[in-house]
Amino acid sequence: MTLLAIDWILLIEKLILIAIIVFASLGIALYTTFAERKVAAILQDRPGPNRAGPFGLLQPFADGLKLIMKEEVIPNTANKFLFVLGPGLAMTAALMTCAVIPWSSQVHLFNRTIDLQVADINIGILYVFGVVSMGVYGIMIGGWASNNKFSLMAALRGASQAISYELAMGLSLIAVLMISGSLSLKTIVDQQMAPGHLWNVAYQPLGFLIFFICALAECNRTPFDLPEAENELNFGYHQEYSSMKLGFYLFSEYVNMIMSSAIMASLFFGGFDIPFLDESTLAPNLAAGLGVLALLVKIAIFIFVFMWIRWTVPRFRYDQLMNLGWKKMIPLALVNMLITGAVILWLQGK
Amino acid sequence: MIEILFFFLSALAVFSAIMVLVSKNPVHSVLWLIAVFFAISGHYVLLNAQFLAIVNLIVYAGAIMVLFLFVIMLMNLNTETEPQKHIWMKLAGVISGGCFLMMLISLVRQAVEMGGRKAMMAEGDIGLIKNLGKMLFSEYVVPFEITSILFLSAMVGAVVIGKKH
Amino acid sequence: MQARPAERKINMQALTNRSKEVSRKPISFLESLYLPAIFKGMAITFSHMFKKQPTIQYPEQKRPFSPVFRGLHVLNRDEEGRERCTACGLCAVACPAEAITMEAAERLPGEENKYREEKYAARYEINMLRCIFCGLCEEACPKDAIYLSETFAPANFTRKGFIYGKNDLLIPDPKTEPEAYAKALGKGEKTTASTTN
Repeated sequence: MTLLAIDWILLIEKLILIAIIVFASLGIALYTTFAERKVAAILQDRPGPNRAGPFGLLQPFADGLKLIMKEEVIPNTANKFLFVLGPGLAMTAALMTCAVIPWSSQVHLFNRTIDLQVADINIGILYVFGVVSMGVYGIMIGGWASNNKFSLMAALRGASQAISYELAMGLSLIAVLMISGSLSLKTIVDQQMAPGHLWNVAYQPLGFLIFFICALAECNRTPFDLPEAENELNFGYHQEYSSMKLGFYLFSEYVNMIMSSAIMASLFFGGFDIPFLDESTLAPNLAAGLGVLALLVKIAIFIFVFMWIRWTVPRFRYDQLMNLGWKKMIPLALVNMLITGAVILWLQGK
Repeated sequence: MIEILFFFLSALAVFSAIMVLVSKNPVHSVLWLIAVFFAISGHYVLLNAQFLAIVNLIVYAGAIMVLFLFVIMLMNLNTETEPQKHIWMKLAGVISGGCFLMMLISLVRQAVEMGGRKAMMAEGDIGLIKNLGKMLFSEYVVPFEITSILFLSAMVGAVVIGKKH
Repeated sequence: MQARPAERKINMQALTNRSKEVSRKPISFLESLYLPAIFKGMAITFSHMFKKQPTIQYPEQKRPFSPVFRGLHVLNRDEEGRERCTACGLCAVACPAEAITMEAAERLPGEENKYREEKYAARYEINMLRCIFCGLCEEACPKDAIYLSETFAPANFTRKGFIYGKNDLLIPDPKTEPEAYAKALGKGEKTTASTTN
């Protein structure tokens, strides 16, 4: 009987939304691989991929086709089940993040108000953290199940790096949460959209910097790409992988990049807020559409910065990485937290 | 709906817990343990304690289990390297485990006030972060602070051990 | 005892004035933040976005060969389309890589329109994997029969494919295929088809 109590339309609505978001983020990830190559090329004075289609726009499909057509190899000594589970976990964890990101405000369709957010749970940002910490398992299981010492080493590096930087990330986040007083991403974005309220980056520049650096580390991007340091570890944790399983690993990395950009945009740069524009003056559907666009533009800028950094800064040594994480980032985040708390208390006392 | 979920999660938790014990490979054991944590987090969500659910995931599944995996992967434990235990050791294990089980069963049987009582499903808001925070910092502030001192001393201890060469 | 760097430097004579003293000063606080340096580096990489790309889109655009380029060998013909080579073997002797093999044969009556002299090369092979493209064969040839063109050996699937026989090396006949001949001639001035020798 309880089954009947479900709002079926809501369920369908959410399922459609989930499908759209998942496919859209996969599509964006597809073109992020292309952007990666193109940005790398442009920063290095070369044209980059330009043969497949106009301006090489069909290149990601060529790459994907190549990955799919490759022979799938499972090493003899590998743990078969875990070997297959690894990439799946990595991908799942990467995609699960998008559930709490507010892509825009509401749209009105067919007499219904549809939230462009899969789930506005009251622990939003903590959910992201939980999912991110699950992402480590994809790397660790894949690296261990390959039964290859380089993969294992890379996996251990990746996991320890992720754990170390998660701490600083969380601490830098606490300062933002102190300002907003809410864990829900939607509420945080709405607060930033409110007139007379600047984006959080204006109140938390140091917090943003720490968060950004930790996001780089969490996504295994240069200068923190130790898990896939080609010249030390051959290829990293996915060395034994081939075909689409490798593709999943590479892809999940780009999805992670998109998601962390979306989170950063939502937390510090107003999410779907369009600067210098009062959204309430527009028609609600138009405002929602423009909001999605604004968020996508912000994500694109962040991804570009990620790539820009990749082709500028060389990789850290492992001890430097740990030093930075534990001895610089965490104390800095703690200090940031204390200062924020003190300022909030002082403002309240006035 | 909620009942289906409850029984599914319970079955998953019990099955995974059994698999933790049964599986020969320690890495598999750890992975099954993570599944247990997921099931328990699911229960927390059913109890409308989302904060507890996610913290359970972040802390236990996300950090502590990773460290477990670290140790197991680095030590490369498997069935061949496992030392054969003496028969007396096995016997002692069985006896102590049996005693513990008996104790648990008798405790549950004796708890009369538990009989006929149902867990609150999707109601009550004690597990939400706001209420939990208020509770911790008002009613239970002393035990909370004592716990944090315990953590601090453990941290200092770890640093001291780590510093020693 | 080894001389300390500072003392050794006095004895060493600098060849250029470009050498720079390595600064071993402990880094200042601002430098230890690394952020200014990173931003500087990022500005540099960003400025590269607007730099001219030196890329040549290969099959469409080709890089011009330099006039002294030494590429694949060509066996030359004279203006009447007769092979110039007399199989004297001087090129094979001159070849430092021993890449050239040949077999001589006598010209039969009625073949005067094919071979210039009484003796000709029945077989003439150059192993392009051995060849170092030094051009000594070109210099050694008394008949201007061999010269290096402005092409390079294309890739091949087998080693055998790199042993170029007479068919591969001979320049097209200027009489029957003047266009192909002109193409093979290229822009190089080195062909001696017009010179008499």
